[in-house]
Amino acid sequence: MLNLIPLFVAVPMGLAFFTLITSKFSKRTSDVFTFLGVSFLAYLAVRLITAGNLDYMVGGWKWPLGIQLHVDKLTVILLLIINVVAFLATLYALSYMERYTAKPKFYALLLLMIAGMNGVVLAGDLFNLYVFLEIASLASYALVGFGVESEELEASFKYLILGGVASSMILLGIAIVYANTGSLNMADIAQFLSTHGERSSIYFVYALFLMGFGLKSAMVPFHAWLPDAHPSAPAPISAMLSGVLIKALGIYAIARIFFGMFGVNEMLGWIMLLLGTLSMVVGVLLALGQYDIKRQLAYHSISQMGYVMTGLGVGALAGSPEVAALGIAGGLFHAINHATFKTSLFLCAGAIEYSTGTRDMRKLGGLYKRMPFTSTATSVASLSIAGIPPFNGFWSKLMIVIALFQAKLYVYAAITVFVSFVTLLSFIKLQKFCVFGELKPEMKSVKEVPVSMVIALVVLALLCLGLGLGFPFIEGFLLDAASGLKELLVFNI
Amino acid sequence: MSNKSKHQDGMSLISKTISSFMTALIALFGFYIAFYGHLTPGGGFAGGVIIAAAFILLTLSHSKKVSLKKFPDIIASLLDNFGALSFVALGLLGFLSGAFFMNFVQKGKAFTLLSSGTILLANIAIMIKVMAGLFAIFVGLSIFGRIVAEGEKGDMR
Amino acid sequence: MIVYYLCLVMFMLGIYCLIAKKNIVRKIIGIVIIEYATNLFLVFIGYKHNGIAPIITPEMQDNIPAFAAQSVDPLPQALVLTSIVIGLGTLCLMVALAIRLNEKYRTFDTTEISSLKG
Repeated sequence: MLNLIPLFVAVPMGLAFFTLITSKFSKRTSDVFTFLGVSFLAYLAVRLITAGNLDYMVGGWKWPLGIQLHVDKLTVILLLIINVVAFLATLYALSYMERYTAKPKFYALLLLMIAGMNGVVLAGDLFNLYVFLEIASLASYALVGFGVESEELEASFKYLILGGVASSMILLGIAIVYANTGSLNMADIAQFLSTHGERSSIYFVYALFLMGFGLKSAMVPFHAWLPDAHPSAPAPISAMLSGVLIKALGIYAIARIFFGMFGVNEMLGWIMLLLGTLSMVVGVLLALGQYDIKRQLAYHSISQMGYVMTGLGVGALAGSPEVAALGIAGGLFHAINHATFKTSLFLCAGAIEYSTGTRDMRKLGGLYKRMPFTSTATSVASLSIAGIPPFNGFWSKLMIVIALFQAKLYVYAAITVFVSFVTLLSFIKLQKFCVFGELKPEMKSVKEVPVSMVIALVVLALLCLGLGLGFPFIEGFLLDAASGLKELLVFNI
Repeated sequence: MSNKSKHQDGMSLISKTISSFMTALIALFGFYIAFYGHLTPGGGFAGGVIIAAAFILLTLSHSKKVSLKKFPDIIASLLDNFGALSFVALGLLGFLSGAFFMNFVQKGKAFTLLSSGTILLANIAIMIKVMAGLFAIFVGLSIFGRIVAEGEKGDMR
Repeated sequence: MIVYYLCLVMFMLGIYCLIAKKNIVRKIIGIVIIEYATNLFLVFIGYKHNGIAPIITPEMQDNIPAFAAQSVDPLPQALVLTSIVIGLGTLCLMVALAIRLNEKYRTFDTTEISSLKG
């Protein structure tokens, strides 16, 4: 198993260019190759669950020289959600993207994005993290503007400008870290910092990284691009962006760098907690007033990322290791759950748009009569995101609230519960306007979406339910991942 | 084609004559930079950029028609993908012989051309990719820019 | 030490350009200034006074430790090359988007390109 780690990057990247060549001769080949590729990646990711910690030195160089790929439980969680969501999104895109021209280019960009995200998650050194982050970001900028309509281009440009600033800040931070420690390998830097003590310039790096990765993960003061960019992309890409990209580039990087490399302290914990709580509250309040389905979902992404950040913040603040592990595990579990239900919701929104031609809630209604599968999937995912037991969203929110209580942060716990209620309210609105209610006369001819889209939706709905019911079985894995995160990175070379 | 109509698109006769000499030399220099990237400053990216600059010079001095006849855009986009693919393939070949991007070729005598194993091959792959990619970007942007400029003229009328 | 601060000043100038200018092309220039400031900072990290280029020549190959002590740090240069390549990709995408935006809106002014409200 150890030998196969580089394939997570090499296979999608090679396929991206290979399908572009073959599609010049035959249009259908890109569908087939992309689907085979993402299925293989999903299979690899599932196989990694039992693998334990692994390391891989690219080119056979000795540590700390060379490029290192590192796999631990956190990486496995992220690889799972990236590749499984990518598989389902591709399955969905097979039918959905028929309406767009240049399908091979879409697949090539999608594969590049997957390669970039896998690379970010696997990278054991800061510079490769930056390079893969840029690959994933560049592909996502292009994908947001894929429809080349005026609004999509504008959203893409906005996203590109803010993303470009974020990338430069991250690079500047990496440069300062290198100037201070003389190394780019994360484990090496962690060792250096623990033996040589604190340096004042590292605080500047904290600020740069928090701004850079905060922009990538759309925490609230830096969230302006997300509600424009995510709805503008084609539905499978919206699902990938909201479900995976902001986690892999933002939350994962923050967790890995601050918890693993620098080591957290109380100041960082408070910053994360405040960022998280602010994102939660502002995101959900802005979502309430939206009538465009995808825009509402995009605002909810900000809010739900706030939950994850709050979980990490508790993990950094809490005194006892058990509470810290519970908080981080809650945050990670919420990241997994968010990947399932937000992907499902965005794909449902895409399905509704595919069949009815509109995303405006006020023009919809009574869809459960015409589109039973899509409506059921929407309801399941809505209940899940609102935190109704036994769906998965409930357990992760419960874990975060319990951790907040045990860390004696009662006000934040109350805010978390309150935000959960507002989320429920917002999704009741979505249900009332789209799924239930009167069927509008102009919607009489609406039909259910094609089979491959239905399969993706059903699988995601089952995942929502399965993760909720199977929660006791994965709790141990999550707590292991969380407590592994708090220790310094220990690499077994 | 008469002598007169040959001069209609592109720049003056002097620039055309000089640039058709220079194009070959610039391209040759680009190949040198790319092939000796492991011994001297330079490498695949720098070499590829220089070769692309030769084609761009040809486009500016003569016309897009001439440079696209020498380097059609469909070939450019194919070569672009081929270069990237061969770079990944090089990594995968190393993967089969031990580690991803392992230098699996016999390393020759130091300070000669064949002294770096796969690095020379990687430089060539990157050179192809950058050369084709940059030229394709230039042609693409100039076609788009033309459309926009013509649209603006139409608006003014 | 002053050069490092000057790099940060240049970074700030880029951000100022991004915020204050309303023209898309100037915003692109702002991003490019930010990228170059970062690259310049990276190059300065590897700088060594009276250093030599980190390339081994046949005369040097017998005395590697002296060479290593004399030469500048090659790693930041490799990083700068990578980030220049990435910057080139970003720049091309930005220019292409700007051309497409101009095609749709017939202007480069960002106050007129505002059908979306973040």
